[in-house]
Amino acid sequence: MIQFSDEKLKEVQRIIGFYPEGKQKSAVLPVLHLAQQEFGGWLSVATMDYVASLLQIEPIEVYEVATFFSMYNLKPVGKYMFEVCQTGPCMLNGSDNIIKYIGEKLGIKPGETSADGLFTLKTVECMAACGYAPMMQLGKHYREHLTKEKVDAIIDECRKNAELNN
Amino acid sequence: MGSKLLLDKVHIENIRSYDVYRREGGYRSVEKAIRSMNPVAVMEEVKKSGLRGRGGAGFPTGMKWSFLAKPEGVPRYLVCNADESEPGTFKDRYLMEFIPHLLIEGLIVSSYAIGSNRTYIYIRGEFKWIIDILEQAITEAKNNGWLGKNILGSGFDCEIYVHSGAGAYICGEETALLESLEGKRGNPRIKPPFPAVRGLWDCPTVVNNVETIAAVVPIINDGGDNYAKIGTGKSTGTKLISSCGNIKKPGVYEIEMSISVEEFIYSDEYCGGIANGRRLKACIPGGSSVPILPANLLLKTAKGDSRMMTYESLADGGFQSGSMMGSGGFIVLDEDQCVVRHTYTLARFYRHESCGQCSPCREGTGWMEKILLNIENGKGKMSDIDLLWDIQRKIEGNTICPLGDAAAWPVAAAIRHFRDEFEWHITNPDDAQRRNYGLANYAEPLKVVAV
Ligand SMILES: Cc1cc2nc3c(=O)[nH]c(=O)nc-3n(C[C@H](O)[C@H](O)[C@H](O)COP(=O)(O)O)c2cc1C
Ligand code: SF4
Repeated sequence: MIQFSDEKLKEVQRIIGFYPEGKQKSAVLPVLHLAQQEFGGWLSVATMDYVASLLQIEPIEVYEVATFFSMYNLKPVGKYMFEVCQTGPCMLNGSDNIIKYIGEKLGIKPGETSADGLFTLKTVECMAACGYAPMMQLGKHYREHLTKEKVDAIIDECRKNAELNN
Repeated sequence: MGSKLLLDKVHIENIRSYDVYRREGGYRSVEKAIRSMNPVAVMEEVKKSGLRGRGGAGFPTGMKWSFLAKPEGVPRYLVCNADESEPGTFKDRYLMEFIPHLLIEGLIVSSYAIGSNRTYIYIRGEFKWIIDILEQAITEAKNNGWLGKNILGSGFDCEIYVHSGAGAYICGEETALLESLEGKRGNPRIKPPFPAVRGLWDCPTVVNNVETIAAVVPIINDGGDNYAKIGTGKSTGTKLISSCGNIKKPGVYEIEMSISVEEFIYSDEYCGGIANGRRLKACIPGGSSVPILPANLLLKTAKGDSRMMTYESLADGGFQSGSMMGSGGFIVLDEDQCVVRHTYTLARFYRHESCGQCSPCREGTGWMEKILLNIENGKGKMSDIDLLWDIQRKIEGNTICPLGDAAAWPVAAAIRHFRDEFEWHITNPDDAQRRNYGLANYAEPLKVVAV
């Protein structure tokens, strides 16, 4: 059942309050972020329909937006998503090798999820971290100045966290 | 050391918190503006400062504000552009992350000048932790009476809201940003009408970059005339430059717009020279959209003058031999880098970010990406170079928004200045797989200068 908790519903109301009366459609991006976070890291059609009903807009208005922006996942993803930047400035600092290394280590290619469902590797375009390249986003934060050793440590960290949460 | 107006206090411990920021003189500009100036006087001060938009286009800020339509009974909006997605650019992030109250302070003064009672910060969605930092700063400002109803007893009401984007470079373009803020796809609008007349929800709207808004604080505190004394010509004040690529000390630097490019790259106060003892090959001085320059043209204009870090000097020589200040994203390539590969990653970026409304941009960016990848992979033909040239010519100027131009220019400049490197990839496909072309004849071997 797709349903926000009372606390999250309050958060939705707070966001809707950012916009003038009748302009609640504006809340679609932030509410989709919230939904993706709450409902398994991706947006199913049911989730998008739920967001549409909350904002009193047509489902198609939500689909239009959800398919436009790269941060929304329209397919299930792993528990930990490595979003590695591959644009020019990161490339100058070795992002190609980092992407290759992560792929080999996890046995997946960009766009794929590991068999255990833990990791997804995604290549992304410039994240405004060019001076701290190479980098990736993991959850809420950026991991910068990546090296192979750092990647190893991050993967271990994720595995440990996953065990703790099980 | 040059004067710093935005980042002078950034290293003070806990400057992110309201108490420290206030103790260090924060929010004085709000007191001054609201207590002793009317909105027109604030705008006049900004005009006098000569401040130009820091988001990329460099449009005079005071003039932009003066274009704002003011029909009776219609709200006006200020929207702060914190979408920062131009490759090479990470200055707004730095400012918001480390001294968030400076942006909030600037937004309150600017909202007062414009008459915006609801002001939005449109921030790129990936900056999740910065959204929390900004919301915290807004709450603190509000708790201390700088936001909300009847600020300082003036009768002026203002709220600031943070609106998160979701991963689309195009939403940095101001009309796409407004579409997105209205909850739609980020498709740019046809201009005119300009946002100053019909912007957010069809109301008159000013869109300004984070750094532009922050610069309003010192302008009001010290006066527009004093701000204009810093810098050179029409490049007044200071500019944040985010430097990256193959330099010793990447990072965000606040410079007076009166230093030379050479000083910026080689002096220890700034980039500290090229990393790993390599030599400078090329540089994109203003974010990925502006033309790349080989080292010799970067440091000296075609006329032989020393090139300066100003809007005018970086553009000296037009697209034949110059570039642009753009967003201040300074990308440095050393002698080991491949211009073809770098240009390919940028072409891929623009293909990925095209909103798809205009055929030349939607199709052309994809073709350029494919052709560049072929050349990079040793599968190119000599005619591909002219084909690339032809495609970029057909994109430029033929699209709704400037993303088309932004995709065309990097390819054009790479071919203009580095044609021999493209040709070498095509005539030596095996070599091109194994090694890079090197410095070739692009630059004199440059000595490291002490500045
Ligand atoms: C494709 C594209 C992307 C842009 N991205 C940004 C951006 O991330 N941040 C920004 O401030 N301006 C960006 N701009 C420029 C804005 O359209 C607009 O000119 C700017 O926000 C105005 O603010 P300013 O006058 O203070 O510079 C972009 C423009 C284009 C065409
Ligand atoms: S130029 Fe490209 S990004 Fe801009 S409106 Fe046209 S298709 Fe969209």
